[in-house]
Amino acid sequence: MILVQRARMISFQHAKVTGLLKLGRNMAHGLRTNKTLAIGLFMILMIGLVALVGPLLVDPDDARIGAYPARLKPSAEHWMGTQQQGRDLLTVTMLAIPNSLKVGLIAGSVGLGIGIVFGLSAGYFGGRLDTIIKLASDTLIILPGIAILVLVAVSIRTMTVEMMALVVASFAWMYPTRTIRAQTLTLRERGYVQVAKMNGMTGIGIVVREIMPNLLPYIAAGFVGAVSGAMLATVGLEALGLGPQNQFTLGMEIYWARFYGAILRGMWWWWMPPVIIIGLVFVALLITSMGMDQIVNSRLRRST
Amino acid sequence: MTDPALQVENLRVYYHTRTGPVKAVDDVTFSLEKGERLGLVGESGSGKTTTALAIMGMIKPPAIIESGRVILNGRNLLQLSKEQYRRVRGNQIALIPQGAMNSLNPVMRVRSHIIDTIEAHRRIKRKEDISGQIQSLLAKVGLPSEVSGMYPHELSGGMKQRVTIAMGICLEPSVIVADEPTSALDVVVQMQVMATLEKAQQELNAAVILVGHDMGLMAQFCDRIGVMYAGKLVEIGSVEQIFEDPLHPYTQLLISSLPKFDKKGDFKGIPGLPPSAKNLPPGCTFNPRCPKVMDHCREVEPRFLEARPDRWTSCHLYEGAES
Amino acid sequence: MTSGYLLRRLGMLFLLIFVAVTINFMIPRLMPGDPVESALNQLVATGGGSVGDVQEIAEAYRERLGLNQPIWRQYLNYWGNIFTLELGTSLQFFPAEVSRIIWSALPWTLGLVGVTTILSFGFGIIMGALMAWPGSPRFLKSIVPGFLVVAAIPYFMIGLVLIFLFVLTYRIFPSGGGFTFGGNLGYNWETVWSILRHATLPALSIMLASIGTWALSMRGLLISTLGEDYITLAEARGLRPRRIFLWYGVRNSMLPQLTALAILLGHAISGAVLVEVIFSYPGLGFKLFEAIHGKDYFVVQGIVLFLAVSIAVAMFLMDLLYPLIDPRIRYQSR
Repeated sequence: MILVQRARMISFQHAKVTGLLKLGRNMAHGLRTNKTLAIGLFMILMIGLVALVGPLLVDPDDARIGAYPARLKPSAEHWMGTQQQGRDLLTVTMLAIPNSLKVGLIAGSVGLGIGIVFGLSAGYFGGRLDTIIKLASDTLIILPGIAILVLVAVSIRTMTVEMMALVVASFAWMYPTRTIRAQTLTLRERGYVQVAKMNGMTGIGIVVREIMPNLLPYIAAGFVGAVSGAMLATVGLEALGLGPQNQFTLGMEIYWARFYGAILRGMWWWWMPPVIIIGLVFVALLITSMGMDQIVNSRLRRST
Repeated sequence: MTDPALQVENLRVYYHTRTGPVKAVDDVTFSLEKGERLGLVGESGSGKTTTALAIMGMIKPPAIIESGRVILNGRNLLQLSKEQYRRVRGNQIALIPQGAMNSLNPVMRVRSHIIDTIEAHRRIKRKEDISGQIQSLLAKVGLPSEVSGMYPHELSGGMKQRVTIAMGICLEPSVIVADEPTSALDVVVQMQVMATLEKAQQELNAAVILVGHDMGLMAQFCDRIGVMYAGKLVEIGSVEQIFEDPLHPYTQLLISSLPKFDKKGDFKGIPGLPPSAKNLPPGCTFNPRCPKVMDHCREVEPRFLEARPDRWTSCHLYEGAES
Repeated sequence: MTSGYLLRRLGMLFLLIFVAVTINFMIPRLMPGDPVESALNQLVATGGGSVGDVQEIAEAYRERLGLNQPIWRQYLNYWGNIFTLELGTSLQFFPAEVSRIIWSALPWTLGLVGVTTILSFGFGIIMGALMAWPGSPRFLKSIVPGFLVVAAIPYFMIGLVLIFLFVLTYRIFPSGGGFTFGGNLGYNWETVWSILRHATLPALSIMLASIGTWALSMRGLLISTLGEDYITLAEARGLRPRRIFLWYGVRNSMLPQLTALAILLGHAISGAVLVEVIFSYPGLGFKLFEAIHGKDYFVVQGIVLFLAVSIAVAMFLMDLLYPLIDPRIRYQSR
């Protein structure tokens, strides 16, 4: 009896390891053949590079009020011109990009992290925990996040990048929770989970060691989705003027541009670059998520 | 000898991949008499379903019908235009799909399905005219009249299959192609569905091609059996002959691997695996696994010949028999 | 439709409203700072009066608004007020009532969101179906990536680009507002024309992105629906290709699309809010924006609550509609 169990467990372990290796190989193969994903990741890489290197290339003093004559068009001296308060826009933009990305990344990660914890717990342990989590996520996902976020943002005295991230994250966890919960429910019934249970593995052990590795593709896709949604909410809040007051972000630049009437005064060099950059970020995220979808779906198709 | 209901001649269906052609169906020839029941058996991947689909004209790229003829009522179907073939499908040849499939449109009632099928080929003046027809159709397949207003999710697996049979026979086709119609149904329901099919077919005197791999079912239902292996038809003969005196070594192994009721013994399988369709062995495709293999088999492909009266097979063992 | 289904949906609706109201109540009170005092301080800064006076006035207001009562009492009062539709008074436009402000802005937003949603959904579905139809011309398939790009970008950003193009560069459209003041206002064609002119760019901003989203999702859904078994059998029965595409493919894809419509309603409204801000379009979004920057708490609260409840009710209505379209849900209990 024990021998049979042991043999089964060994073969399942072997299957698991081969499974993980295959996953790695599949992803590498996917990257090579799946042009969509490759393009998306490339775009993200480029934007990330600008975000990291940009601030190092500019002098923050150039972005202070009154540093230069105001409302200058782009020229050799000021590649992106200056804005109403005399700040050099190239400097401002270079400083703003990493902040904007930071909010998106933090909010997306926190949202996804909560989603993973909630989704796994609800899916695996079921029962009352599941009912509570499911009800909570279903309810909150319907409420208009922006509206509630507006409420929160208005009530906060001073907004910082980190606070924004947390505020946005509080509405970013629902969708990952639902997807991961659904996947966990299916995986819970798989053979290797039953074997692990028979061998005395505890709930948490099973969740972490058996189920989570198989969720990696969904987690990766979920991360892209969470960051995307977080950035959408962030840019929205900032365009309303609810973003960080003392730090530069792309959304706030759009707000300030409108505040000072730049749009109607034709100061396109103030509001257009943030719009273009944000647009690029969204497109990059969308292409990446489409590429990931293709990989996840082809894996699904092959395994059935 | 009357004209056969269906004639398949030298049918080839290939998939063209970057690494070369995959011969899903390779030079298959057989004919089907009116009212005859032919069983097409073989392992998964042997090409039996592809043959059935090819007869229906439902082969889609990347698979292409390379060559061959499918003759129904004097016409070569493979030369028909898309619209002409559409008019044949469901009308002169009907398909009964696999039992496990999701074959009915979830948002349409049973009667809408039947009306749709009829309307595709005949002109219906008013819907009321055919409600009587629908009732008698349902009765023919053993379904109560309430079923007509039901949606597919309200029906059991067996009932759904009987609806597909009803759709198949409503235009009185001369050939019925049944592709594993009882797969995924439990045994009792299997018998009901097969009985329904039998009765319907007899009334129409339609010819049936039953594709599957349940030899027991074939033995009960079919008049003749064709055995397929790796895209080729390796043997064809009457049910009794196939079971009692199989000619081709593959058929022999197949029959001997069936459990028998009269004596207990060990399970015998067929050693080895079917070849990958991309990498077919030279000569006879069965030679790596054939217990009676000769050197000749590894070099030359055997021809499909009438080794005994009305019994065809492709095996070098019988090559001298035809005179 | 079973009574169980109805009860469950009603339960969900009440739960949503409860959560929305509670969140709406809690959040401003959880934050440090006092709305009344900060609003008054602002008035002082812009108008006149001294800080000392502010304290007294603030105390009086707090008493009047019931802000010095225990929290649970305030909560109950809040619920009571909601039932009588008394959402408070605007601090900016004192003494205008919040409900009145919402009521006056509502038709603008309703018109904008309503019309654009219906048009985008309609056109998007048709485009998506065409893109999935094997026989459609090649160029349709090639605009898919274009749609992708536009669909990914938030509505208001498209609005900015549109302003640049059609207001500044080519002076076709007005720059903002709901209609042109002055002139012959009233129930006449001139007013209607003015309204339409002002609404075009905001509507376009929303529609360009929305049509793309709907088209892409319809195309994806249709492609996967066309892979179903019943499509194969429909072909085998000799049904005409157009009938299969429309009645077995498109029709079955509509069901999940309608569910998506309900879920995306909230998203659409959020997007519209921002578009209104960009165009100074006098709808709820713009009023919300004004209220935010005027620290007009009650208006902000009122609008947020209104939006949340509307969306909950809209979802409920969609849920009621759904069994009528999908027989699988209608006949679940048979």
